[in-house]
Amino acid sequence: MTVIVVDPTADELAGPGCCPTSGVVLGAHEGYGQSTASSEPAPPLPTADPSAYVNVSEDGGRSLHLMVENLHCAACIRKIETGLMALEDITAARVNMSTRRLRVSWRGEQMDGLQIMRCVAALGYPVAPFDPETLKHLDDVENRRLLAALAVAGFAAANVMLLSVAVWAGAFSHMGEATRGLFHWVSALIALPAVAYAGQPFFRSAIRALGVRQLNMDVPISLAVVLAACMSLYQTVQGGEHAYFDASVTLLFFLLVGRYLDNRARARARSTAEHLLALNSQAATVLDKDGSERALPINQLRPGMTVLVAVGERISADGLVSRGRSLIDSSLVTGESMPASISEGARVYAGTINIDAPLQIMVEAAAEDTLLAEIVRLVEAAEQGRAKYVRLAEKAARIYAPVVHILAALTFVGWLIVAGTGWEPAAMAAIAVLIITCPCALGLAVPAVQVVASGMLLQKGVLVKSPDGLERIAQCDYVVFDKTGTLTRGQPQLLNPEMLDQRQKAVAVALARNSRHPLSRALVADAGEVDVIDVQSVSEQAGRGLSALVAGRRVMLGSRALCGVAQAVSPAEIDDATLELWLSEEGAEPACLRFSDVVRPDGELVLSSLRNLGMKFELLSGDRERAVGATAKALGIDVWRSGCLPDEKVCRLHELEEAGHRVLMVGDGLNDAPALASGFASISPVSAPDISQTAADLVFQGDSLKPVLSAIRIARGANRLVKQNFAMAVTYNLIAVPLAIIGLATPLVAAVAMSSSSVLVTLNALRLRLVGRA
Amino acid sequence: MEVLIILIPVALFLGGLGLCAFLWALRSGQFEDLDGAAMRILNEDDGATDNAEK
Repeated sequence: MTVIVVDPTADELAGPGCCPTSGVVLGAHEGYGQSTASSEPAPPLPTADPSAYVNVSEDGGRSLHLMVENLHCAACIRKIETGLMALEDITAARVNMSTRRLRVSWRGEQMDGLQIMRCVAALGYPVAPFDPETLKHLDDVENRRLLAALAVAGFAAANVMLLSVAVWAGAFSHMGEATRGLFHWVSALIALPAVAYAGQPFFRSAIRALGVRQLNMDVPISLAVVLAACMSLYQTVQGGEHAYFDASVTLLFFLLVGRYLDNRARARARSTAEHLLALNSQAATVLDKDGSERALPINQLRPGMTVLVAVGERISADGLVSRGRSLIDSSLVTGESMPASISEGARVYAGTINIDAPLQIMVEAAAEDTLLAEIVRLVEAAEQGRAKYVRLAEKAARIYAPVVHILAALTFVGWLIVAGTGWEPAAMAAIAVLIITCPCALGLAVPAVQVVASGMLLQKGVLVKSPDGLERIAQCDYVVFDKTGTLTRGQPQLLNPEMLDQRQKAVAVALARNSRHPLSRALVADAGEVDVIDVQSVSEQAGRGLSALVAGRRVMLGSRALCGVAQAVSPAEIDDATLELWLSEEGAEPACLRFSDVVRPDGELVLSSLRNLGMKFELLSGDRERAVGATAKALGIDVWRSGCLPDEKVCRLHELEEAGHRVLMVGDGLNDAPALASGFASISPVSAPDISQTAADLVFQGDSLKPVLSAIRIARGANRLVKQNFAMAVTYNLIAVPLAIIGLATPLVAAVAMSSSSVLVTLNALRLRLVGRA
Repeated sequence: MEVLIILIPVALFLGGLGLCAFLWALRSGQFEDLDGAAMRILNEDDGATDNAEK
């Protein structure tokens, strides 16, 4: 027997193999100097004051609800909860793993919300406050109500079925009429309240649809259930032979299972979207006239304010640089992979990242012609166009509902007039038609497939944001990629580690550890194992580099100018897609390190697998021609365009659409957001700015491109199964409906046919797990 | 067959008991965090945070 031993005293419970956050967690613990060892930067400490979200109860207790990112395993729960409980005054801290939310309660004035948020963030988990009242959606209430209805329907179905089986058996073994009557009465006693309670979700929806003079799936369902219950009651009172109590409650039970799954998937998709939004929202630090600093939410920034942007922070508004010079990474905005240097008076855009030195920015009027406003306008226009998509299940329901009603009505009229019977057998036959045609394939199998598919994707690091996203992805035949940050990692990587010997590497890494510059980070990450070397009197000059004393000798790591290398000395490989960093030691030749944005590790593999799936690709980038061309060539993409503006990307997507393609857009930049919104379906990495993530249907995590492939595979598998289920449902109806019309569908036949078809489609839906494993 | 008069109510009562237990569990929030419950079992000292429910 294997016993998992968890040592409660070990602080670093999240060992490297256990939890993907461990690198970040370690980094946050041991200070900045070590955190460069992980590829992800430590989360920025929250600056916005969450006081508005703190809930004060009558007895002086306070509580705060937070959304937490990076939760992965048991150690994460424990780390956060024990970390908070260790603080004074905290009375309770509880993580909800399913919703990735945290509730903290405390007493007293000393502790405030900001301290708590900082504590959790310092443990390596980005947090954002939220108001549980506004987020407690109707979904939550609805979900609980459905689960309760499901329980009641399940209880009733099981018990009524027990009695019905006895009645059916009794038909062969001469059950007395009195006993049968008793069984029917008991069934009625159970079924009628159950139908009245558990049927409500369907009745409400049916009434709503009829109110606007439309038919939906719930109208025939409600009719079938209510009519069957009423007719059976009439039969019971008359002492008749046939009662459909079992059919009406089992029908409710099966459909409620589907409804519950569907509702849960929707709620989860919505909470994913909210979660991403809340965590991305950040505050800006405003410098007032009197020199004091305060945090303001971004939407409260006004023209003329001065904003401080620290190193590594995202610039929060369009504006002019009023003080400082730095490098700006605008890869998320324009797709440009190389940082650009800026100085006083230069214009900077919201969404770009300040990578080199602190800046002061004077906010400009949020005019309609700013880049961001333009992108927001394009996204909105594109989203309006997309609202037209109708889900497969809804399409089927639109045909299904009228057909069922017409069939049932025809059956009733046919029996009454053609066969000349009384209204009773006619009504029984019509009800049998309604019950037999129960839309279990629509109501149960489709949600089951969806739930299995999004669960599998979640395991692979893909979050499904829009409920119909998977269905749309399955139909795509053309993939358009963005370059920077999508096909490539969006971060520089060391190209020539062999340039330095082991000792030089150790020196360079020791220096680089003291800087947050992206090249320094890349150097530390890519240099591999090195000895630890003691460096003294390290100083960093913004925009130039680092210098320090190592064993009494002056060492410099930085730009060409800092190291005193003449412009003429240039290795042949340097082009405009490469960044350089020089290492110069006193009394030795300076060495040149080259960095470039490289393709994600499994890019080639994923593209060739996609090609095998019959997909075509194209590369649309805002970057310069040379860099885009090199990437396209490395990955074997034939069609590519460089220097695309956001609306040019959208135009290209429309062209493809008109050529009959269904386009899957994969991109991460702000400049991709309009394209993400106008593609037939879209995927974006979690590193993208919030507006792009909002526009995308799916969001994937991690360094690899494989999630895109998994998403397409699983979506296609899911779609195939849904169609199979429809085919099965149609076949079953073709056999069973004629039986019902000619009146051969006794309660026994109806119950067996309906239950077996429901179980069959559900089992088929679960087969998706096999597809995904392959 | 008279035994049915007893058996049916007994069966219904027992089933109803299960139903009530489920509805109680649902109402008291036992189904709020299914994933977390599966993971908490690995933590030995979870008593420390159990006072979270009020």
